[in-house]
Amino acid sequence: MGVEYLTPEYEVIRNENRCIACGVCVRQCANEVHAFLEGTEKIISDDAKCVDCQRCVSLCPTHALKIVKNDCRLRENANWDNDTIREVYKQANSGGVLLSSMGNPKPLPVYWDKILINASQVTNPPIDPLREPMETRVFLGKRPQKVERGADGKLRCELLPMIELSMPIMFSAMSYGSISYNAHASLARAAQALGICYNTGEGGLHEDFYAYGDNTIVQVASGRFGVHENYLEAARAIEIKMGQGAKPGIGGHLPGSKIVGDVSRTRMIPEGSDAITPAPHHDIYPIEDLRQLVFSLKDATDYRKPVIVKVAAVHNIAAIASGIARSGADVIAIDGFRGGTGAAPTRIRDNVGIPIELALAAVDQRLRDEGIRNDVSLVVGGSVRSASDVVKAIALGADACYIATAALLALGCHLCRTCQSGKCNWGIATQRPDLVKRLNPDVGSERLVHLMDAWRHEIKELMGGMGINSVEALRGNRLMLRGVGLTEKELQILGIAHAGE
Amino acid sequence: MPDVKGMDHRAVNAFLRGTDGDCTLTGCCGQRFIAAGMSGKHIRIEGVPGNALGAYLNGGTITVMGNAQDAVGDTMNAGRIVVHGSIGDAAGYAMRGGEIFVRGDAGYRAGIHMKAYREKSPLLVIGGTAGSFLGEYQAGGTIIVLGLDSDKKIVSFFPCTGMHGGKMFLRSDCRDIAFPSQVTARAADDTDRADLRKHLHDYCAVFGLDPKDVLDTPFTVVTPDSSNPYQQMYVAN
Repeated sequence: MGVEYLTPEYEVIRNENRCIACGVCVRQCANEVHAFLEGTEKIISDDAKCVDCQRCVSLCPTHALKIVKNDCRLRENANWDNDTIREVYKQANSGGVLLSSMGNPKPLPVYWDKILINASQVTNPPIDPLREPMETRVFLGKRPQKVERGADGKLRCELLPMIELSMPIMFSAMSYGSISYNAHASLARAAQALGICYNTGEGGLHEDFYAYGDNTIVQVASGRFGVHENYLEAARAIEIKMGQGAKPGIGGHLPGSKIVGDVSRTRMIPEGSDAITPAPHHDIYPIEDLRQLVFSLKDATDYRKPVIVKVAAVHNIAAIASGIARSGADVIAIDGFRGGTGAAPTRIRDNVGIPIELALAAVDQRLRDEGIRNDVSLVVGGSVRSASDVVKAIALGADACYIATAALLALGCHLCRTCQSGKCNWGIATQRPDLVKRLNPDVGSERLVHLMDAWRHEIKELMGGMGINSVEALRGNRLMLRGVGLTEKELQILGIAHAGE
Repeated sequence: MPDVKGMDHRAVNAFLRGTDGDCTLTGCCGQRFIAAGMSGKHIRIEGVPGNALGAYLNGGTITVMGNAQDAVGDTMNAGRIVVHGSIGDAAGYAMRGGEIFVRGDAGYRAGIHMKAYREKSPLLVIGGTAGSFLGEYQAGGTIIVLGLDSDKKIVSFFPCTGMHGGKMFLRSDCRDIAFPSQVTARAADDTDRADLRKHLHDYCAVFGLDPKDVLDTPFTVVTPDSSNPYQQMYVAN
């Protein structure tokens, strides 16, 4: 191979006056950026290997390091920007499909940031959550359509199975394999402590985590990894994964190099074999077949588990959601085009799907118009970044939100977007034992609980400001929202008025 | 011996959950999900069960005296399903363990994404011929197609696409079959025949066939070239 034309993206700057050559950076970097110059006490850095994960910067005891964007740039060109040119070089070098991680980083519209929340002034009193009770608990599942009485005139109180959450947030699907054992342990423990749910993703459920079953949503994806009777029985609910916001319409290939030890055991496939997730479920070709998979799972668990169907937000999402609501599913989860991933083809991640805000508003409206909104709950993700995003989502019509990237950030992720390498220096997206142990589940779960406690209080404050004292009363309350800088069409789809109206 | 005519699938499964051991269902007509996720039962079905018979089956046996429909043994973990007639599409989808024995033909996508894991190695035996996409994405286990009493091609189009594990035996020289480039198809040797004899022992016993008749003809063995078929496809961005 000749010259690859790829200059380093980042520059490692070491303040030689501060560096004490302790070697922490050398030991901490799985990308092997730092090394002692042979036979000396001097540390040198290879910028080309740096992914800007900030591990060395964070751990350097003398703050001698910083990572900056390499200002050695190609000649400026508004059409052919630096990244586009680099991508062409990479593909010409290798012949490979570009593979990226985490959510779409492109500057596409974030509608959450163009929606503003109301507050009470004079006409009705705001509520202070420190003084008055506020209900953040929600239930996901089918609502009964009418009050039923038995022959004796007494109310019939049997409800269909529901998921009870202490607050309208769940940790979204991330498989064991794409993230580490300690990351799963942190999520499971935090979910239990918080009274919410985490989601196994499609990689099966590690035997150590069956104890957290009541706070676990198990996923059934087209590869059916680790899906067996005990797995289904262990769960609070079962999620059929039809699609993912970061990669709608395609499956996934977890490389054999990551199918080691416990990951192989949990997925129930041999070590070293690629885990191939087909793009479709091969028992679901038309939408009518979805009903079959929903009910095969319900039958296999004797109708004790709610079934969630997760889809990516795509162009005809409202009609698709209507079909899902009629399939017997209890919950529809919709994942927006900014949703994260452990690995997805760049072109798909950055160009396929639609924003979750628009998808949510369209779906909620469609289900209301058809009179089937109470047949299902709606959960949205991809990407929900803060308590205010959660409040806006609920006011647009969601019952709850899925978060994943925010949860990983709480665990120490620095969003360097190189999960696919398997060399996560923060012990999250890796299976290397020396890296995994860097994430302490005691600390990780505590940080997740902190984050959710803070969001819970913020949700209460935002609701209290509007004079609303329960999440259920906020759901679909679009009068509480106003748009700024949005077109008529965008406002129409979101079903909200413009600020000032 | 309940007649399940007119009962819905939920009622049929509720009944099955309440029974121990042996049980015969008569008058079966299209009820789906029969015995889904169950184990330890020995169920005989007269009539035609609906889709997803024995999905997530975790042990025991199911014997169908007639035909079965789509997705038989979907994501099955253990046990045995015997079908005296033919089966529809996607039989044994993602099955990880246990056995499916079919006397007649199979539809499209039989054995798709079959897996294997440690001591678990599923076995799908089709007595007649198989439709297109046989063993697509096969990741483990054994698929055998016998083409007994049939002049049709042993398998239709695109068998073994994306196959990256397991083994397939086809009772034919397969000169008329096009395999994809990532698998190797060769004539069965003595070791393969010893394997086959083992695999077909129970099948022949169940359907009253003479193993000698079944084995006394050329077989083709298909195996994948790599368990990492897509390793070279990507470049980090």
